[in-house]
Amino acid sequence: MVIETIIVSAVSMGGIAAALAVFLIFADSKLKVKTDPMVDKLTDMLPGTNCGGCGVPGCSAFAEALIKGEMSPGGCVAGGEDVVNEIAALLGVDAGSKSRMLAVVLCKGGSAEAVQKATYRGEVNCTAADISGGGKGCVYGCLGLGECVDACDFGAMGMDDNGLPVVFYDKCVGCGACAKACPRDIIEMHPEEHKLFVYCKNKDKGPKAKKVCTVACIACSLCAKDCEVEGAIAMQSNIAVIEYGPDPLGGDAIKRCPTKCILFDVEKDVTKERFEAAQKGAVLKTG
Amino acid sequence: MGLKTFDRGIHPAYNKELASSKAITPAALPKTVIIPLRQHAGAPCTALVKKGDVVEEGQKIADVEAFVSAPIHASISGKVKEIDLYQHPVGMKVPSIVITGDGEKKDWGTSGGVTVDLASLTPDAIRTTIRESGIVGMGGAGFPTAVKLNAPKGKKIDTIVLNGCECEPYLTADHRIMLEEADKVVWGMRALMKGVGAPNGFIGIEDNKKDAIEAIKLALGPSCTDIKVIELETKYPQGAEKMLIKAALNRKVPKGKLPLDVGVVVNNVGTAAAIFDALNYGKPLIERVVTVSGNGIKEPKNLLCRIGTTFEEIIKQCGGLKEGGEFEVLNGGPMMGIAQMQLDVPVIKGTSGITALMGEVIKPKKYDACIRCASCVEACPMALMPYRLGDYGNMQRLDDFNGWGGFDCIECGCCSYVCPSKRPLLQWIRLGKLRVRQNQQAQQEQAQLAEQASAK
Repeated sequence: MVIETIIVSAVSMGGIAAALAVFLIFADSKLKVKTDPMVDKLTDMLPGTNCGGCGVPGCSAFAEALIKGEMSPGGCVAGGEDVVNEIAALLGVDAGSKSRMLAVVLCKGGSAEAVQKATYRGEVNCTAADISGGGKGCVYGCLGLGECVDACDFGAMGMDDNGLPVVFYDKCVGCGACAKACPRDIIEMHPEEHKLFVYCKNKDKGPKAKKVCTVACIACSLCAKDCEVEGAIAMQSNIAVIEYGPDPLGGDAIKRCPTKCILFDVEKDVTKERFEAAQKGAVLKTG
Repeated sequence: MGLKTFDRGIHPAYNKELASSKAITPAALPKTVIIPLRQHAGAPCTALVKKGDVVEEGQKIADVEAFVSAPIHASISGKVKEIDLYQHPVGMKVPSIVITGDGEKKDWGTSGGVTVDLASLTPDAIRTTIRESGIVGMGGAGFPTAVKLNAPKGKKIDTIVLNGCECEPYLTADHRIMLEEADKVVWGMRALMKGVGAPNGFIGIEDNKKDAIEAIKLALGPSCTDIKVIELETKYPQGAEKMLIKAALNRKVPKGKLPLDVGVVVNNVGTAAAIFDALNYGKPLIERVVTVSGNGIKEPKNLLCRIGTTFEEIIKQCGGLKEGGEFEVLNGGPMMGIAQMQLDVPVIKGTSGITALMGEVIKPKKYDACIRCASCVEACPMALMPYRLGDYGNMQRLDDFNGWGGFDCIECGCCSYVCPSKRPLLQWIRLGKLRVRQNQQAQQEQAQLAEQASAK
């Protein structure tokens, strides 16, 4: 009796298991989704942050584009030089000379410089604050609520004591998420070689701009006159706009700026380490 | 049986007594006016004058060819000082014409009574005059009135509804217009009915304005059969177009459609009075009644202000802001108004009130997690689910936001008002709408770029 039960159950369970095993073997061979092992390999090599900086959605999509030859390894902005070179070596293609892109925050009107006309008390979020205009007298400047910092997936941004976002030169991979997040388009993406920037977006005429911020561009056009490269700086809707076609150099252009809103080669000064040290120092001082 | 009304909605504190007994008084003639080129829904105008030009009161100074638009007129006579970007009361900087006045007032003869026989006017003439006078909906949204009256072919408008609800707390401008200019309102109403060929007219008034109901009934006379006054329950947002149609006619405007699709055109009582002035005296829309009220204003008033007068100047004429503390100054009432960050913004055609609040009511409140009580769902007059829409808007889940009807939201603010966790639901929904629109714009631009690239 006991033996019989054991035999019946062993045979029936074994039968079911065998049937399922046959089905699984069949499914494995017939229904398998064929993937290019190269895609998996490349995806593993890529940073895996899915930042979208290359222009396609996600790292595996970029890997597919690489194999199809639609993109060059240099398109990956987050990976850095090593990853790009490794991939180029693996695929046997040119790395693609793409210079490093960096985010630049083009407003220096923090709480110390910009006139505060009202207190913004609504939802703490730049896009929401932009609807009513925020609290600053300048409606073109940084709202200072940090939507760009929240958008950064690489820990490459922070808010300084002056209420302005800063980009860490050593950490920024140039994915452009912060530029997309900014409702006032203050953050722009520039190649590393660009060193001269006008840190103001105020489109008002000089006197009006000066009234709301001490570091506003007042469109005096001194920088355009002083610039070594002729025609590199032009006035457009009351702001100085820099053409990077021929390198505008920059040593001279910044010299006579009355509000010091055009600056040369200051982006590289902010690194994460220095920023954090400065933050700590500030805490110690105030605490 | 109770009074007619719509489903759901809320009963906020109305605080109308602050200004409801104050007669409409003309404000002092402003020395300079800032007239934004965007004062209506639709295409913004382009300036017809340039810096240094001398303009007359009522002269057309900006216009645009587009169908959905309304021209803009000089509200004072004087010289064009500049055309530059100025802060707009609805946010952002907008190109505006600044006029320095010469201190002279034009006499439009507005106390002369009826000068035109309505029967002699053709519907086309009525519509043209309304368009040329720059008349837009004066309840706040500023939709060009002439466009409303131009029903597309195949659509028959059988009813004009005049909106005298004024459900927004604090505001009393429409109330005073109905009391003081009832004859103008009724005449303007008949002109509107003639303009679209609608046989029926309804004037919807909330029952907290009994004296206005009496005044309008008196102006209509006992033998009037085509226009009816409907007494509506006092409830917010009774004055929203779709709510008013439901309450007055029991017709439901389908999702995504306009009142036109159910044969109705809704206009504000202020618009009707402006139409009277335009048709009888040729006076374009250059001034409007603005209620200045709120607990931060020394003497609440109903002022007849020129378009382009700054808030600062108007508040000064009402005794100024009270001493001490912080203020929240709104363009409009507390439910739908937009907070201003500076006071040198101008009154535009859609500014029905300026509300200055202070003290406890404007203290920032911390919000808590949603407790799923569904108070917002019970309050939403559009039968949406604000707790979901708010989260979708805030978290950028824009497909879900669209799918759950985010764009049907009329931004009345009932959800934020009732939320026990004080969640800023409406603000998040507005964010969602803004982001969806931005995305659409970006996509269009990309498509255009792609087209250009392929054309090459």
